Order: sequence, then C-alpha cells, then structure tokens
Amino acid sequence: MKELNVSATVENIPVVTAFVDEQLKALDCPVKAKAQIDIVIDEIFSNIARYAYNPEVGEATVRFEVQENPLSVIITFIDGGVPYNPLTAAEPDTGLSAKERSVGGLGLFIVRKSMDDITYSYEGGKNILTVRKNIGKG
Amino acid sequence: MTIEKIAEGTKLTITLIGRMDTITAPQLEVELKQSISGVEELVLDLAGLEYLSSAGLRVLLAAQKVMNRQGSMVVKNVNETIMEIFEVTGFVDVLTIE
Repeated sequence: MKELNVSATVENIPVVTAFVDEQLKALDCPVKAKAQIDIVIDEIFSNIARYAYNPEVGEATVRFEVQENPLSVIITFIDGGVPYNPLTAAEPDTGLSAKERSVGGLGLFIVRKSMDDITYSYEGGKNILTVRKNIGKG
Repeated sequence: MTIEKIAEGTKLTITLIGRMDTITAPQLEVELKQSISGVEELVLDLAGLEYLSSAGLRVLLAAQKVMNRQGSMVVKNVNETIMEIFEVTGFVDVLTIE
C-alpha cells in the first residue's frame, strides 16, 4: 500500500494524479484504464477540494492498493471535512437538450460508470470513498 | 493542455492537446470568451486530447449553447475514452460529433 497526504486543494489534483500514475505505470496499466482513473481522480479530488472544508483548507489522504485475480487497483480518498456520501447524490438527467442541460452531478456519474466498484463510509469523523478499477487485459 | 487555433473568416478551428480537467478546462473557457464573437462555424479538434473530465464537459456545453445561437459547432477526432464519456453523459445527443 502507498499513501499520499496533501492539502485538499484544486492545485494538488496534479500531485495526486502523478502519485497514482506512477503506481499505474509500474503495473503496466492499459492506456484507457489509466485515463479513466485519472478522470476519476479529477472528479473526486476536485469535489473534496471545493466542498469538504470550504472555506477552510484541510488535509486529504489518497491510498493506493493493488488486488490480484483479477488485477485491479483500489484508490481510497479520505478527508475530515463535512460528511458527504456521493453515492446518495441524485443521478443527472442525461436525456436533456443543450439548452436544458447543466453539468451538475455529472462528475460523480462518470465515476460510477467508469469504475468497477465504489463504496463510501463515514468513520471516526472521516469521509472514506473507495473506488476499484479492474486493469487486467481483456 | 495546449490550445491551437486557426481562424479563417467566420470559421474557427481549435485543436486541444493534452488533458482537459479541473485545472486546464478554464484555459479553453478563456480562449473561447476571447475568440468566439462573430464565429459562425466552430470546429473543436480533439485528436490530441487524452481525456476530459466533467470540467471539460461544462466548457463544451457552454460553447455549444453559444454556437446554437450564432452558427454551428462540430467536435471531431474523439478517442474511445472521450467517446464513452460523451455516451454515458448523453453528450452524444447534445454535441455534433464527426
């Protein structure tokens, strides 16, 4: 297991992405799965940066683990901000025209659609959001 | 993300290279604010774009809304990862993808 502790700021999204990408590279992760994981980091960490401690700045932890059979990566985002369960967020209406559309809620929707598993818990004053992505070939 | 643009009369072609995410999407927003006035045909070439997140979708949607009023917008050379994002979010019905 690898772990990164950083301030939960939008400016640190590239730091989190670089940390995860380094692990993915060592695992020979397929290009598409890597892109999907990078997108998920952007969606989740930007949410934490904007809402968890707002208007204060707090700390966040990103944990990276690998699971075998099938080969998958597990990324856990932990923050001590306001309790927020993204799994209870309403699904956006994806059938609307450009005029009627807004992009609220789309980020978490993308997370749910591109990961193989997503779990949330609130323990010891912490939001713990875990995503799992199968990165095995084929 | 790198943004390249070619203006030919009322046609504007913008090529995006890299990643369009929370940090970089505002670059395109600023570029469009400066350049979109008087444009009747907007072409967004994504051949060099690795991926985009919802921050990128937000900017594309805003551009589409402007172009619906003043002309047309086409998004081209979309890779598989980005196409899936457009599909799951319903953007395939909002954008004109070539």
